[in-house]
Amino acid sequence: MIISVASGKGGTGKTTIATNLAFSLGKGVKVLDCDVEEPNAHLFLHPQIEKTESISTPIPVIDEDKCTYCNKCVEICRYNSIAIIGKTILTFPELCHSCGGCMAVCPEDAITETGRELGVVELGKSGNIDFIHGKLRVGEAMSPPLINEVRSYIEPDSINIIDAPPGTSCPVIAAMKNTDFVLMVTEPTPFGLHDLQLAVEAVKLIDIPCGLVINRSDIGNNDVRAYADKENLPILLEIPFDRKIAEVYSKGYLIVEKMPEYKEKFLELYNSIENIVGKA
Amino acid sequence: MKELVILSGKGGTGKTSLTAAFAAVSKKSILCDADVDAADLHLLMSPTIKQKTDFKGGGLANINPEKCTECGQCIELCRFDAISDDFVVDKIDCEGCGVCVDLCPEQAIDFPIQTCGEWYISDTRFGPMVHARLGIAEENSGKLVALVRQEARKFAEEQNIDLILTDGPPGVGCPVIASIGGATALLIVTEPTVSGIHDMTRALELAEFFKVPAMVLVNKYDLNPDQTDAIEKVVTSKNLTFLGKIPFNPAFTKAMVQAKTILEYDEKSDISREVKEMWNKIMASSEMNTDN
Repeated sequence: MIISVASGKGGTGKTTIATNLAFSLGKGVKVLDCDVEEPNAHLFLHPQIEKTESISTPIPVIDEDKCTYCNKCVEICRYNSIAIIGKTILTFPELCHSCGGCMAVCPEDAITETGRELGVVELGKSGNIDFIHGKLRVGEAMSPPLINEVRSYIEPDSINIIDAPPGTSCPVIAAMKNTDFVLMVTEPTPFGLHDLQLAVEAVKLIDIPCGLVINRSDIGNNDVRAYADKENLPILLEIPFDRKIAEVYSKGYLIVEKMPEYKEKFLELYNSIENIVGKA
Repeated sequence: MKELVILSGKGGTGKTSLTAAFAAVSKKSILCDADVDAADLHLLMSPTIKQKTDFKGGGLANINPEKCTECGQCIELCRFDAISDDFVVDKIDCEGCGVCVDLCPEQAIDFPIQTCGEWYISDTRFGPMVHARLGIAEENSGKLVALVRQEARKFAEEQNIDLILTDGPPGVGCPVIASIGGATALLIVTEPTVSGIHDMTRALELAEFFKVPAMVLVNKYDLNPDQTDAIEKVVTSKNLTFLGKIPFNPAFTKAMVQAKTILEYDEKSDISREVKEMWNKIMASSEMNTDN
């Protein structure tokens, strides 16, 4: 089972849902934090990190002795990461998307590759939960390859819970694609609804069953529910605004640690997901 | 020309609600929404679109089956695993690098430029606004952010407006990097939670990396006064400006439901007064008054 927890809008409670669901289920669960720009799941699960791997992406190195300044590498590069001015060749490694085009097209075999560090993947354990997250190097723009690296630890026979980044563009798709279920966390406000609609459209593109958690369910208005109804999106859990939850969260605790009555709700949430995935 | 970019690292700290409130106080700025993949500022600004332009991103490979001899070169070259065994390009996986296009021995691959969003110049009750909408699941968000900021600057120059208020995206990756280059200062809106601190710290590291001055404001500070103090310590230890704090107030959500800024919702309230004071502090800050 692979569940991705997504939202569109940031700050709706993705990490809260992902970590509390994982903790409630316990043994045999893997948490994969794919919000590599701002990973937060570790702040609530407090994993013991056992292994850190540096992840890099290939970028070109040009051997100026072999280069004949034919300009073919400059022409193939859609990212403007190579320039030739007279007899000087410049590379802009931070713009490179690692497509390998320059190396493939160079008639002189003058191009080899080295790595640009994207960030790290850290692996560890939080009690009996397996924990993996990626941390993008500050200053690095390209997150999808690091997200894919985190996802390479998915074990389809376990319960894998992916904490996705906010938004609807390429990093979100990288986190959600090829999962069994997208659990969308929203709040019943105009911003929550607007971004939920965009995120649901993205999920439709990749054709994965989807259900909602409405967090802070008693603020705002009823438009999110009307939308869910219209789109046939099941509402699997509602959590009302509670200052106690906000305080527990602010300190880095899980809701289920301090308010154990929620554990049953998270287990029910998993059962509902299992039922939907089983029928799909 | 000055540009204040409002960021947070973590989503949901109140960036957009505060940007809108500041626009209501400032009255003579141009608004720029740089959160192009989940833009929300327009929900409070109700902009009237005056000009709408397609955003052309990169190309997308498309194999012409009539010319393709199934030699397999493209599959071998593609580092994004975007071409299936039966020679169909997956639109989502294609990175738009064009390597297969240039190196196909039969020239069987087209590379049509994609329209991957729209950008707008609009009027709002607080002045002009430049904003955009990136297509769902599209790449190039950084490019569109850069475009929106550039157009906002151009428009501000034409209209003799000397302040741009830019609502930035969450995170620290591609669109955020595109949001901060050349900004006068960054305002980082955080919240007193472990994740708020963690994400703010990364946003501050990013500001330092790109050498843009940053200031910090804590929203909803009373949800955890101890964490608020911890944030203030982090900020002052980095020799950055800690602007102050705003309490948690459900009026922000109530105002949002009515598509109003907090000032319009209840101008006489304490919270509106605090937002105005915060704005005055920002405008008086050395960060906003030093040429860089």
